Amino acid sequence: MSWPLYEVFVRGKRGLNHVHVGSLHAPDDEMALRNARDLYTRRNEGVSIWVVRASAITASSPDEKDPFFAPAGDKVYRHPTFYSIPEDVPHL
Amino acid sequence: MDAELEREFDRVVDAEQRIEPRDWMPDGYRKTLIRQIAQHAHSEIIGMQPEANWISRAPSLRRKAILLAKVQDEAGHGLYLYAATETLGADREDLTTKLIEGRQKYSSIFNYPTLNFADVGVIGWLVDGAAIVNQVPLCRTSYGPYARAMIRICKEESFHQRQGFELLMTMMRGTDAQRRMVQDSVDRWWWPSLMMFGPPDEKSANTEQSMAWRIKRHTNDELRQKFVDMTVPQARALGVTLPDPDLRWNDDRGHHDFGELDWEEFWQVVGGDGPCNRQRVAHRRAAHENGAWVRDAAAAYAARRAGSDAEEVA
Ligand SMILES: [Fe+2]
Ligand SMILES: [Fe+2]
Repeated sequence: MSWPLYEVFVRGKRGLNHVHVGSLHAPDDEMALRNARDLYTRRNEGVSIWVVRASAITASSPDEKDPFFAPAGDKVYRHPTFYSIPEDVPHL
Repeated sequence: MDAELEREFDRVVDAEQRIEPRDWMPDGYRKTLIRQIAQHAHSEIIGMQPEANWISRAPSLRRKAILLAKVQDEAGHGLYLYAATETLGADREDLTTKLIEGRQKYSSIFNYPTLNFADVGVIGWLVDGAAIVNQVPLCRTSYGPYARAMIRICKEESFHQRQGFELLMTMMRGTDAQRRMVQDSVDRWWWPSLMMFGPPDEKSANTEQSMAWRIKRHTNDELRQKFVDMTVPQARALGVTLPDPDLRWNDDRGHHDFGELDWEEFWQVVGGDGPCNRQRVAHRRAAHENGAWVRDAAAAYAARRAGSDAEEVA
């Protein structure tokens, strides 16, 4: 029987988000963390690691044209560039 | 329906965007990637052996620490790449089984023996150097997880090549015997390094389709030429002779001409009859089998702890 798959997220330095860096197999959470340290941070690439079982992740389709993201598509008024302001008004 | 999906796939690839694991992709694309990435992962793992051969006999603690770090990196490269194959639906155990049963290949270069310590330097300089030329374009390959693994790998390869070159420079500043060792090593590794780029373009069955899918970005012969052009001035700086009487600059082409590779030898090693093919696979098999009790113990420990956690909750 093979060990479960874990996804690994690393915070590169303080002030940054954790970012997905890859995956690995481990028998349990603790070993996953140790393996992640050896595999993904051999050169101080991180100050903090998250590991999570791949089976615990729920994902949307990565295709940007997916209707899943359609609700955001037509709401251009959510962006600052939607609004025209005269050039000579400062600090806006 | 498939035609529409395929058009969308082609559009993404042609626009230099990346295909991601959950995207629709042609079966052939998926199969080609699994084969190529697995073969690449196997090469990293088998590639640990020739150099590991010298860890216990490294001439100084400094060289030993460097060599250990390098070999450990190669294990890391193998694991990044196996992880990439799994995003395509491959099974890691299945890939390991195929490797130790000789049903999947790895780079032929690792079927040559490391006979003296200069080989550690020459592998770093020429073998990792050739690997870098092969791998840098793969950082822009069309499959996202493969491209990202390659970016990580390429960053680490630069240390591999530089430590090799530095080692050789140190030996070249040493005694006559040391200089002879370096030249002997270059003589043995030069041609096999050129073979790392694969068969000549007209004999390379998969190149055309792989280029269309933007998995591959350059042909074998283009990359081989690039490597020769890069290496000649490095050899000069080092003071070694590359063992090819036909090697010379060609002003018209703006490239170095070089001699014909021994393709008979290439196909023989690919076919399983190189100097170390059997030894490499047997060693990998033994390592896998000898590690079985560790895998079992870790799994049993995890299962027992999961069981006692459940009891505590209840
Ligand atoms: Fe590597
Ligand atoms: Fe390397």
